[in-house]
Amino acid sequence: MRVIAALSGGVDSAVAAARAVDAGHDVVGIHLALARAPSVGGRSKGCCSAADAHDARRVADVLGIPFYVWDLSEEFTEQVIEDFVEQYRAGRTPNPCLRCNEAIKFSAVLDRAQALGFDAVCTGHYARIVHGPRGAELHRAVDEAKDQSYVLSVLTLAQIESTLLPLGDSVKSQVRADAAARGLRVADKPDSHDICFIPDGDTAGWLHDKLGESPGDVMDQASGAVLGQHRGTHTFTVGQRRGLALSSPAPDGARRYVVDVDPAAGRVWVGAEDLLSVTRIEASQPRWCAAPPVSGDRVEIQIRAHGEHHPAVIEVTGGGVIAELDIAVRSVAPGQAMAMYDGTRVIGSATIERSRR
Amino acid sequence: MSTDRAYLDHAATTSVLPDAADVWRDVSLTVGNPSSVHASGRAARRVVEEARESLADDLGVRPSEVIFTSGGTEADNLAVKGLAWAAPSRRRRILCSTIEHHAVLDPVLWLGSHGYDIDWLPVDDVGRVDPHDVRSRLGDDVALCTVMWANNEVGTVQPLARIAEACAEAKVPFHSDAVQAIGRLAVDAGLPGLTSLAMSGHKLGAPVGTGALVLRRDADVVPLMHGGGQEREVRSGTLDAAGAASLAVAVRQSVADQEVHAARMNELSERLIEGIRGVAPDAVINGDPEHRLPGTVHVSFPGSDGDTLLMLFDAAGVECSTGSACTAGVPEPSHVLEAMGIDAGIARGSLRFSFGRSSRSGDVDLVIEVMPGALDRAFRAATPRLRPVR
Repeated sequence: MRVIAALSGGVDSAVAAARAVDAGHDVVGIHLALARAPSVGGRSKGCCSAADAHDARRVADVLGIPFYVWDLSEEFTEQVIEDFVEQYRAGRTPNPCLRCNEAIKFSAVLDRAQALGFDAVCTGHYARIVHGPRGAELHRAVDEAKDQSYVLSVLTLAQIESTLLPLGDSVKSQVRADAAARGLRVADKPDSHDICFIPDGDTAGWLHDKLGESPGDVMDQASGAVLGQHRGTHTFTVGQRRGLALSSPAPDGARRYVVDVDPAAGRVWVGAEDLLSVTRIEASQPRWCAAPPVSGDRVEIQIRAHGEHHPAVIEVTGGGVIAELDIAVRSVAPGQAMAMYDGTRVIGSATIERSRR
Repeated sequence: MSTDRAYLDHAATTSVLPDAADVWRDVSLTVGNPSSVHASGRAARRVVEEARESLADDLGVRPSEVIFTSGGTEADNLAVKGLAWAAPSRRRRILCSTIEHHAVLDPVLWLGSHGYDIDWLPVDDVGRVDPHDVRSRLGDDVALCTVMWANNEVGTVQPLARIAEACAEAKVPFHSDAVQAIGRLAVDAGLPGLTSLAMSGHKLGAPVGTGALVLRRDADVVPLMHGGGQEREVRSGTLDAAGAASLAVAVRQSVADQEVHAARMNELSERLIEGIRGVAPDAVINGDPEHRLPGTVHVSFPGSDGDTLLMLFDAAGVECSTGSACTAGVPEPSHVLEAMGIDAGIARGSLRFSFGRSSRSGDVDLVIEVMPGALDRAFRAATPRLRPVR
């Protein structure tokens, strides 16, 4: 096959590309220039990390494959960064990596690759694609701790069929050892954790810059009393405890958590921890990469990257799905994706709208 | 009959001329610091001074006006910052064309953020500065005026003599970046009114790391680097005898061959333009059709992405460039095309083909042979907003 290998400059994508070469594919490496720094003196100054692009280029050199940089910064800004800001403005909690996979890596990149005559895109995600009697299936990675099937749960079957994930059967230590054995200098490069367009990790500060200050009241869910002030609803997420800066403690002395965010009223509602526990999650816009479930099917759901798996019964409604959980989960925020699994197999995902106890 | 691969990026760099490589090797194997007093030092100094005299003869200036540098970027920085820093305190305005290479643009922008005022000289739709406009902006508050000899992206040649004349009358120092011009055009660095001129070795067959600033004897310049003061107390650093000798050989050959070379380059350019028009009738050839650098063809293919085209041409054996600066492999939006008023969507699908000594007509044949396939795929792969509406 003719394969486009997305090289981030990190160890995972490097080993994934190397394994695609080993498998006999005709591989071309690309690095995606996604976030651009603000323009300096009227011109833009490159992508977020020139060092990562440099590392990606070295990987391609070592593997002996051609290498190009694809500038998808406009698409990334529109579809990922602006969406991220708008979601927070609306009081929701988006996952930008999932959005990037959905709109950029397996959409814009795959579309361009196919238009250029390539058959598939190869990435260093930890998940497995199994070709069984029912066609291509997306499964959790063998390395449970690294499993990234959650952020791929938005892919369509067609996208999965045109994807290579050579790391799904390996654990991270094997991947690092493989990189070292191949003489790839990125073998001991630290993992990236932050949101790539917020390199300093200060998401709240970044959102403040984008959305400005919009002060409002912090409200007590139990009494309806005003407990304090905040600088903007967009820096709060359901389940959050820090940054509330409340002057008076709760009557029972218990910690208080954000239980609801209401940007329209400019209010952040807080309450006791048990208010965070929910057993019913309603989600919209389901996307299925396998045969859709029917009401009554038992599944496992996951509501955040590297989160736990929760057994649930699915109810399929007109526009969405409802999960009735066996055991309550806490801190479910609107905007998060709910991925649904049959064992290790991904069925699909939907966007969480509301949850109830 | 087409060739296997066509290197059509000679404006980025070209191979070292065999004679220039030979002299570099011979000199570099001989010990001696040109600043040393002993016999070996004197021998090395002789090599440098002979190179300086040769270069001066070829460029139409005095030997003492040639300052060896590490290349075009250093020469431009030394002239722009050095002249601005040396200007009397009442002179704080800098006239700079909007289409300069980054080696000039960025020092000017830096000065702009350090107390100087930038007065941008606009260009017309083919990339030419208007000498009347320059004249109208000159005054006794101007520290320096800088306009490149020929543009590196679109190849437009500027009306240098008339701009220099205006600067001379206004007694304003005038710098020109001639990195692309030497060897392709007849360049007279002794042009009345021209204070300084930057040149680079690797664009004309000398090694990377060689270059020179031609600096009028009466010009006052503050050095960028302080040290041994080897070059007129303006540029410090051990003199590079091998590089200087090699640069002199390459410039001698380039200047001697200039007319014949330019005619060949023009012929190849014409053939390529004709071929492009046959394959892609809506392609736009950018730059000044009349005042154009021989061997540079800059073309926009509306509805395509330049970086996609580059990749497709590379895979098909054609090596070219988008012509604009690159950061981490990403072509930046071209400030030159923007200054010329070219629509950003059209500018995005631009490529520069630049011919050199090794170029043959077979290279043009290969480009034209692979172009329909490359364009077809590029149009299909273009971001939706760029796709032509049918």
